Amino acid sequence: MNFDEIKRLLSEKFGSDVIIEDQKGGLQPALIINPNSIVPVCKELRDNKNTWFDFLSCLTGIDHGVENNKFSVVYHLASIPHKHQLVLKVIIDHDRSLDSLPSFISVSDIWKTAEWHEREAFDLLGIQFEGHPDLRRILLPDDWEGYPLRKDYIAAEEYKGIKIKE
Amino acid sequence: MQVKKTRYDQLTENLKPEEMIINMGPQHPSTHGVLRLELITDGEIVKEVIPHMGYLHRCFEKHCENLTYQQIIPFVDRMDYLSSMNNDHAYVMGVERMMGIDKDIPKRVEYIRVLVCELNRIASHLIAIGIYGIDIGAFTPFLWCFRDREHILNMLEWASGSRMLYNYIWVGGLFYDLPVGFEERCSEFVSYFKPKLTELNLLLTDNQIFIARTAGVGILPLDVAINYGCSGPMLRGSGLKWDLRRTDEYSVYPELEFDIPVGKGEMGKSGDCWDRYKVRADEIVESILIVEQCLERLQKELKRGPEFDPRAKLPKKIIPKEQDFYIRAENPRGELGYYFITDGKTEIPKRVKARAPSFNNLSVLPEITRGVLIADLVAILGSVDIVLGEVDR
Repeated sequence: MNFDEIKRLLSEKFGSDVIIEDQKGGLQPALIINPNSIVPVCKELRDNKNTWFDFLSCLTGIDHGVENNKFSVVYHLASIPHKHQLVLKVIIDHDRSLDSLPSFISVSDIWKTAEWHEREAFDLLGIQFEGHPDLRRILLPDDWEGYPLRKDYIAAEEYKGIKIKE
Repeated sequence: MQVKKTRYDQLTENLKPEEMIINMGPQHPSTHGVLRLELITDGEIVKEVIPHMGYLHRCFEKHCENLTYQQIIPFVDRMDYLSSMNNDHAYVMGVERMMGIDKDIPKRVEYIRVLVCELNRIASHLIAIGIYGIDIGAFTPFLWCFRDREHILNMLEWASGSRMLYNYIWVGGLFYDLPVGFEERCSEFVSYFKPKLTELNLLLTDNQIFIARTAGVGILPLDVAINYGCSGPMLRGSGLKWDLRRTDEYSVYPELEFDIPVGKGEMGKSGDCWDRYKVRADEIVESILIVEQCLERLQKELKRGPEFDPRAKLPKKIIPKEQDFYIRAENPRGELGYYFITDGKTEIPKRVKARAPSFNNLSVLPEITRGVLIADLVAILGSVDIVLGEVDR
């Protein structure tokens, strides 16, 4: 199935408001999905005989910069029997406060591999994934403060009394 | 607000009287680096494995925020430090495709890239096999594998100037052409190495003790492997013919003949440790085939000439258009992916995310080690063949 067929399939199944926008400019076209319907969309894409996206290649959390106040998660899906790929994006607005983290819905029930990728996004960007069974830091120490890949992150001066910045 | 308990809390707080938590690593020889496994055990039986990583986290993605595309290549080398060439190749292909110059790369450059990548793949699989032997208790294969790997590293050092971290493949070309006489020395190595593989098979593949330790252990069903995002020999060991060199047909791989070995469950069940080992052993043979074909072409129709310049197509400034792009390529350990986001104005990418094969392969470990013996856990972990530099990035 090509990109337009998948787009048609999704809007027929879930209504036209499920796809907010499609990005066709670059080398890899992407669908921007409504944040609330990412889980049913992914489930449909995985289980439908014609799409069969059984392999989640990559899941990336993105901070769109201080001036935009937006966070997004990008899903790179691949299908092993059909050998096609698809990019899904979910974008939400967030005011970058550390009290309530930007929140997305976890897809770790659909692809187990998302579990560690979502932990990584949580760890480095401070993105919350609702319904994630084990949302802990994965690469940084458990007591690390802040989220290093955020664009407004200021590197820590010291860690547990060890000076880490000249 | 009540904080929801994570699975980790639930596992570690409600231990039964007979259960005990044991830490394996980070300084444990069979965890292949600084991986810490928290085991919940009942005697010798492993109830649950909780991997903890990050001890080798070097902020790859944070570094990329401040480096140009060319400057990132040495950092890419250091992710999977056992197969730097393959890492470079995937990264460079991604940048070239974003620049739209991937079709202009001279054939000789592409063949040299594939040649050094496959040599590096052999070296990487030799480590995987040798270390796996030592995990199981066979010392000799380790020494033999390292002896032969050293020949490859010497050759790659001759070409690039560095033993393990090459920075040889550049965006648009190569650091240098192959040194004069490289092709001949490489052919010599191939004819030396082929009989050594037979010896290695006699020593390990058909060894009854080795089979007893690995066959039927750590069975990874195919659907679980796909759902956990396993790739490379992990996925092929479970019986699926899935190799991105064939699926995506990148570089000059479509012009080369090679087979994709898969696990067939010859000794135990399909997807067990022995199958994963066997896939790697067979891939070495296939890589040698590729190396031979590359050498033949590099010595005949793509022979070095005085006019050949591997840096001729290097872009003066690497500024891709504003876009985001995901490139994937077949590393010795599986699907290596880079996700680029560019702004189209500067030479510095907005974001580079690396999708490391070991990271995803390791995530299936808790699933396939439930209820095994501690000794088998070592066998299973060895068969996953992780490189912590890549897991932690």
